[in-house]
Amino acid sequence: MKKLMIALITFLPAVVFASTGNIHLDKARYDLSDKVSLQRGAKLFSNYCLACHSTGYQRYQRVATDLEIPDELMKDNLIFTDSKIGDLMINSMDKKESAKWFGNAPPDLTLEARLRGADWIYTYLRSFYKDETRPFSVNNVVFPDVAMPHVLEELQGIPTAIFETTMIDGVEHKTIIALKSNGQGEMSSDEYDNAVLDLVNFLVYAGEPNKLERQSLGVWVIAFLIILFILSYLLKKEYWRDVH
Amino acid sequence: MLKKLLLGTVDWIDARIPMTETWNKHLAQYPTPVNFNFWYFFGSLAMLILVNQILTGIWLTMHYNPSAEGAFASIEYIMRDVPYGWLLRYMHSTGASAFFVVIYLHMFRGLIYGSYQKPRELIWIFGMFIFLALMAEAFMGYLLPWGQMSFWGAQVIISLFGAIPIVGDDLTLWIRGDYVISGATLNRFFALHVIAIPLALVVLVFLHIVALHEVGSNNPDGIEIKRKKGSIAEHEKSKFTFHKQYSAKKDIIDAIPFHPYFTVKDIMGVAGFLIFFCAVIFFMPEGGGYFLEAPNFEPANGLKTPTHIAPVWYYTPFYAILRAIPDKLIGVAFFGGSIVILFFLPWLDRCKVKSIRYRSWKHKLNIAQFTICFIVLGVLGALPTTPLLTKIAQVGTIGYFSFFIALWIYSKNEKTKPLPTRLTFK
Repeated sequence: MKKLMIALITFLPAVVFASTGNIHLDKARYDLSDKVSLQRGAKLFSNYCLACHSTGYQRYQRVATDLEIPDELMKDNLIFTDSKIGDLMINSMDKKESAKWFGNAPPDLTLEARLRGADWIYTYLRSFYKDETRPFSVNNVVFPDVAMPHVLEELQGIPTAIFETTMIDGVEHKTIIALKSNGQGEMSSDEYDNAVLDLVNFLVYAGEPNKLERQSLGVWVIAFLIILFILSYLLKKEYWRDVH
Repeated sequence: MLKKLLLGTVDWIDARIPMTETWNKHLAQYPTPVNFNFWYFFGSLAMLILVNQILTGIWLTMHYNPSAEGAFASIEYIMRDVPYGWLLRYMHSTGASAFFVVIYLHMFRGLIYGSYQKPRELIWIFGMFIFLALMAEAFMGYLLPWGQMSFWGAQVIISLFGAIPIVGDDLTLWIRGDYVISGATLNRFFALHVIAIPLALVVLVFLHIVALHEVGSNNPDGIEIKRKKGSIAEHEKSKFTFHKQYSAKKDIIDAIPFHPYFTVKDIMGVAGFLIFFCAVIFFMPEGGGYFLEAPNFEPANGLKTPTHIAPVWYYTPFYAILRAIPDKLIGVAFFGGSIVILFFLPWLDRCKVKSIRYRSWKHKLNIAQFTICFIVLGVLGALPTTPLLTKIAQVGTIGYFSFFIALWIYSKNEKTKPLPTRLTFK
């Protein structure tokens, strides 16, 4: 235990500097008020992600209500398991089995946007590239040696990486400077970026479904408090008249 | 008719418990220095936050599931399925950070105006116990969401007890109730967080105020408002009526009753504070990743260590001191010592003049360097270490402890300015 402790306070912080590195993340300009984008994102999510990744803290019904998707449409097109509409969005994949298939069980994604940030997801899903040394023949710039295959391959195709070789202290370093599409996806590069943005938008929504409500309520609360502050200031001044 | 009924009720109660007497003694006829400034808002604000934490805490407890299997999911249940559960949760999580902001400012006020000095040593001691209880309360509360940072933060801090010679390992085992942080730890932390420590806090706050009202408040000038009987000319005495407990033996000068003057002033302070508090709750509840840390949105996993374990911001100055020292046991000793030494402040300061306004340039410089060191240590404690940052943290640690040593030395024969005879407004 003592060794663990020493490792924790001395070694770990050093790892951080090495690993948080300098990966550039693209800005995800998502818009939570864009219901159509959220609907497209929900559709992409249930078609491509939900089979392996759950969003097990949110319910189908809540998504349908918030995204203005009619219940019938939700049941017919977005629920693939025998779940009821009031159920949590879990999938039927067995965690132990999936850990055997992929190396890790696919994580729940309800809070992924709060955990890693929208920019990270946006960049990650656009950073797969061909790498024959990996089990699924793909690797990822943002998440090196990730266990996940390129699920959106039919939309994007599989990009190839363009490397640049530099010598640092006499050691050859290969860094990826660009990804080049092989043009075999259904979507153009721009279309793919927009599709990923819809997906990110949906995941940001899933991370905190009350975010818009919170902010709009907040405006009223702050406005009320400013008025309260002014009134309480005047009240104080009135009372303190007999002190000064 | 109604008035008669109400007065009758008051008389009926007063004949049985001292209701009006207590109201007068502690509010309506309680003498308060007239020159309280901005720094004097934070005591009442701390009380407000204590009430906020207790009330939101009660309602969160109704929906929270204190088990390793269910804790994380129950927080998300509160955030999504409980009506306005998200608001309760953010009020509680933001309240925790706000509590420390307010308490640190409150302690700083005591530091600059010498409010810890004779005869107010016990107020300071009770206050320090409140601070200690608050640190324990926040630490245990942080485990409850059962996220990655909850788990690993607790792992790191509890392991510190392992540094104590001989009993260390048994002690950590006793605290955790298991060989690792587990459901057993979560359950006992829950019990301590919702019952034991809040009870202790409420009792300590009560004692803090009892001690305060016995001797009366200090003020920005650090001179007493209660003077020797007969020392003040009649026309100079305060024109207000104060409770005989205070006015019978002393002449009171430059004072006003707490109610209504400071109740209306504190209401203004509360409204001003709530603007900032609610701005965080409604527009940045994560507090830039400092109030709610991002790794805590992933459930606790004992097999997966986060890349960077940072304690919540309010512990970072002390955590930086811990990390600045290469030897583990000595590090833990300094970490504990950095808090323990604050308890002795009333006796380390041997100067008779209280307020920074009338003290020497040495004292002003010393407080300035202490404040800078504390803030720098706070920033460093949140960052990963590098050799350079460790050096800076070591300098900060020296500065932190030097404050107390230097204070003890120069305060004996300190060259102070003459004190005014009446309170001043600056």
